[in-house]
Amino acid sequence: MKEKERRLGETEALPDGAAIHAQGLVRRFGKFVAVDGVDLRVDKGEVFGFLGPNGSGKTTVIKMLTGLLPLSGGAAWVDGLDVRMDAEGVRERIGYMSQKFSLYDDLTVTENMTFYGTIYGLRNARLKQRMEATIELNGLEPYVNRQAGKLSGGWKQRLALGCAMLHEPKMMFLDEPTAGIDPVARRQLWDLIFELSGHGVTFFVTTHYIDEAERCSHVGYIYYGRMIADGTPAELKALPDVRPAGTKRVEITAPEITRALRLARAMDGIRSATVFGQSIHALVEERFDLGEMRDALSGHGIHVTEVRTLEPSLEDVFVELTYKHKAVGGWATE
Amino acid sequence: MRNPITGETIRVNPFRGFRSIVYKEVLHIRRDFMTVFFAMFIPTLQMIVLGFGIDTNIRQVNTVVFDENGKKESRELIDRLRNSDTFRVREFVQSDAALNDAIVGGRAKVGIKIPYDYSRQLLDRSTAQVLVLIDGSDSSVAGQAINVATSIGFEESLRRALPPRYAIPVEVRPKLLFNPDSRSPNFFLPGLVAVLLLFFTAFLTALAIVREKERGTLEQLFVTPVRPLGLLLGKLVPYFAIGLMGLSALLFFMRTVFQVPIAGHVLLLYALATPYLFVNLSIGLLISSRANTQPEAMQLSMMVILPTIFFSGYIFPRETMPLPFYILSFFVPGTYFVNISRGIILRGAGIQHLWSDGLVLLGMGVLLLLAAAKRFQKKVIAT
Repeated sequence: MKEKERRLGETEALPDGAAIHAQGLVRRFGKFVAVDGVDLRVDKGEVFGFLGPNGSGKTTVIKMLTGLLPLSGGAAWVDGLDVRMDAEGVRERIGYMSQKFSLYDDLTVTENMTFYGTIYGLRNARLKQRMEATIELNGLEPYVNRQAGKLSGGWKQRLALGCAMLHEPKMMFLDEPTAGIDPVARRQLWDLIFELSGHGVTFFVTTHYIDEAERCSHVGYIYYGRMIADGTPAELKALPDVRPAGTKRVEITAPEITRALRLARAMDGIRSATVFGQSIHALVEERFDLGEMRDALSGHGIHVTEVRTLEPSLEDVFVELTYKHKAVGGWATE
Repeated sequence: MRNPITGETIRVNPFRGFRSIVYKEVLHIRRDFMTVFFAMFIPTLQMIVLGFGIDTNIRQVNTVVFDENGKKESRELIDRLRNSDTFRVREFVQSDAALNDAIVGGRAKVGIKIPYDYSRQLLDRSTAQVLVLIDGSDSSVAGQAINVATSIGFEESLRRALPPRYAIPVEVRPKLLFNPDSRSPNFFLPGLVAVLLLFFTAFLTALAIVREKERGTLEQLFVTPVRPLGLLLGKLVPYFAIGLMGLSALLFFMRTVFQVPIAGHVLLLYALATPYLFVNLSIGLLISSRANTQPEAMQLSMMVILPTIFFSGYIFPRETMPLPFYILSFFVPGTYFVNISRGIILRGAGIQHLWSDGLVLLGMGVLLLLAAAKRFQKKVIAT
């Protein structure tokens, strides 16, 4: 099986050379539209966080971008290659880690890596060198001869990541890489992602964790097949939908927080309110008098300990946008 | 394939990933020996049962006799029946009712009544009648009993009709070719080779791929540059090797333990086993493109294995099948290999007799592999 280099034209399809570029991406399964006109642009070296509820089309988008699923409409380029035309070429250049850390449980760490490495055409000295580097980077030395099935979740995930990056892809797709692993492993994974991103690797990461999204240099939020947010975390927090003109966000710390919430929600001038730990995060109108609220709550025996204005979090962003799209959109859930 | 932008031809190796898959699959087989053992279990059991246990030759059929005559002539006839090796006289009864009861009760399959006037009729040179009751619920026993009883009657008639020391005018001397003692291992074991190889290959290949579906590794593989043909052939080759090892083991036991001689060339058998293995492995791939769990794969495998057992001629002769089944048997790959295997092992057939069977198998294999590769390209992606 002699595998000579593929004689690919290196011509970029896009003049600007975005790492990922998608236009009007559509995917239908029968009558069900799983992905409905998604536009996407991820620049080289970015860490793109892709969020959305379960079943909203995250994995479907990844499958289309990696050439696993044909497009029902629209176009997409990955590293300059049109995924409709050259899915093979795309697969050559990307690393992909699926939700389940698809490893062979009965194969050892070294064997799993050898297998994936040789698939990408790594041989002999080059394979050895890449394996050593990857093992070191992921801290896998103590486990090289252990079967993958006998590793804990965090180590499985590192091995899966190691297998996906052996061939030094410029583009990594990680589908929920931190689902079910402990906080330390989660932190270490993100450190590694940023280290690699510093070397010019582009990351496309789906996640359920808002705190992970906050770390990303670029965030997209997909809701039932449509991208409803796309930008840097700061840009998203500044969206008019998130901070409508004439409103501000405040944090109110008080005892008996659930009773306080019930009272606050009934007050005139509070648009929305929700509990965060021992405090209430509320979106209030500019004219809303915080002093009056304090007094009103005191009347019910609740003494507010602290009130301060607040920057919206990404969670606020996604909640607001989701409400808005539920109200406006009318596209049914499922 | 052509690069859409530059128009340059892209040379894609259609077997990309083949060696990696073989490497990995060999490791799986070494770690998971239970599966291979399980696949070996049923064929081995069949070999033992069919090789040692089942004797399709009908001997020593339980027989009950009502000798109303009780003279020298009737005892002579009873001795002849006994000497035939087909009948074993278990009991003598004294009434028609008892004779009937012995058969109904299952104590005997054959009841013989020699009437009171048997010897007198013989001496009068008129026809003496003997009643032979046969239990028809077992057709092969019945057939044998009829044949033997009838021919004993004829012999006895001739002996009495001809003058003493006069030669019998016509003597038919049947000679059983290839299996002179009509031993059942000789008949079953070459056919069993076909079933055994099916188990080893179709079944194991299907499980190997479905296991990857269950683990989610198949999806992972499809995001790598592995090409469908590289994946499928990489899966085939290790099980192909196992199939050949299984064939060797079976031939070894057949030759040594069951003493079945191999009349033709063993190498030809191996050569023609190759297209058969190829067909089976492709069937395994097709099964795995359909099944999503291992139990599902086992059920589908049974749907292939059972027709092979019943319609390939391995157990039931194809010539006596009703027309629809006979036609069906042409689509069962096992049919061709049972013919090849019996041809080489028993009849000493050569390539000039068997090339067409090999060619049919090769054709089937190619078609099935292409179908499997196509289904994989479509199906796996859509999961």
